[in-house]
Amino acid sequence: MSDHYYDAKDLGRFAEMGEEAPELWQKFLAWYSAVFAAGALTEREKSLIALGVAHAVQCPYCIDAYSRDCLEKGSNAEQMTEAVHVAAAIRGGASLVHGVQMRNHVHKLSM
Amino acid sequence: MSSLRFRSHPLSTAVAQRALLAGLPLPQGFEAALARSGLSPLHATGIEILQMNLGKKCNQTCRHCHVDAGPDRREVMPDEVLEACMNVLESTAIPTVDITGGAPELHPRFRDIVVRAHEMGRHIIDRCNLTILMVAAYEDLGEFLAAHQVEIVASLPAPNGRQTDAQRGDGVFERSIAALRRLNALGYGTRPGLQLNLVTNPVGAFLPANQPALETAWKLELQRRYEVEFNHLYTITNMPISRYLEYLVDSGNFEAYMERLVQAYNPAAAAGVMCRNTLSVGWDGTLYDCDFNQMLEMPVNHGAPRRIFDFDVAKLDTRQIEVGTHCFGCTAGAGSSCGGATVS
Repeated sequence: MSDHYYDAKDLGRFAEMGEEAPELWQKFLAWYSAVFAAGALTEREKSLIALGVAHAVQCPYCIDAYSRDCLEKGSNAEQMTEAVHVAAAIRGGASLVHGVQMRNHVHKLSM
Repeated sequence: MSSLRFRSHPLSTAVAQRALLAGLPLPQGFEAALARSGLSPLHATGIEILQMNLGKKCNQTCRHCHVDAGPDRREVMPDEVLEACMNVLESTAIPTVDITGGAPELHPRFRDIVVRAHEMGRHIIDRCNLTILMVAAYEDLGEFLAAHQVEIVASLPAPNGRQTDAQRGDGVFERSIAALRRLNALGYGTRPGLQLNLVTNPVGAFLPANQPALETAWKLELQRRYEVEFNHLYTITNMPISRYLEYLVDSGNFEAYMERLVQAYNPAAAAGVMCRNTLSVGWDGTLYDCDFNQMLEMPVNHGAPRRIFDFDVAKLDTRQIEVGTHCFGCTAGAGSSCGGATVS
């Protein structure tokens, strides 16, 4: 076992999650594939969204997988950096807008 | 950057490259993959393209080059080999001659080849690096190619300077755009009969994107930003040979990239590989199943004549193909060939 919580090689073991619950795993795979297939959005657009979300939830497995996937879908570092900024802006904005609740409390408690 | 040969790099010989590839433990070998797909042994289906490699001299030293071409290379196809190629074209019905290198336009008899092949009524492809068209002594090359309806297949790895220059050298993107505008002004990419196709290799250790999707995106991007038009985009997978192999090793991507290629093996792509309809002629007259086998010094085999001087269509057009680990490059994903993806 590694000294670190994260080991890059573990991404390749994702399918082991199907060992104790194979039916659920198959349903997940089918849904996942359908999600990322081209539809109203292109495969590249979906991959960039996934990259942004990966940074928002800070999943190193997804960041690894979708960094490669974005490149293989024809994206580049410039587009991918903008996607990360979108994720950061949403996360930062989400914190900031909750400040309105803070203001509500301050007004209630203050003369 | 200079060529591996100039630097006496450990990977400058085909022997060293083949040994490195053969020594890599992979989940399956290429022959085993073919056998599982019902394609072993792999055979040619006819010679539709005679690909002539005019030599390794080039005005660029691209990072990913499988030829190890560059200004410091001296190998140039001699007259006797060139004449043998012309004789083969005259005595057969091979419809297409595909001229490559290095920069094939640097060959002193490049124009002679084009003129003669055009007179024979063959379809001619020039594998062009674009910047050659901006070199002072070659500024009329575009007009010459247009006059002979040569199909130009031009290398452009990305519709931006950062990635293009990273792969092909400083300033290459700017000169490439200037060359493309010059070609558009001559009618290439805009008028029927003057085909201008672009070819892109990924700028790094990953597989190419979906070819039609990328073509759509590039047409918009190059038109919008640079007012450049082209006919089609071909995606080509980088092959683990010569300088691209050096890049893979130096960047620590060699094993992961090869595993990716094996993981992405596609039997449909294997059925459509270009070696099945192409015969590659080396600068010295040696015959190969493809340009990649040429750079790994793996001549045609299994009873097929090995030199252009001994050309025999009956022994070559359905020959058994010589394969190796590097072949996973042409069979990954949607497949790869000199004409782009092999699976629609």
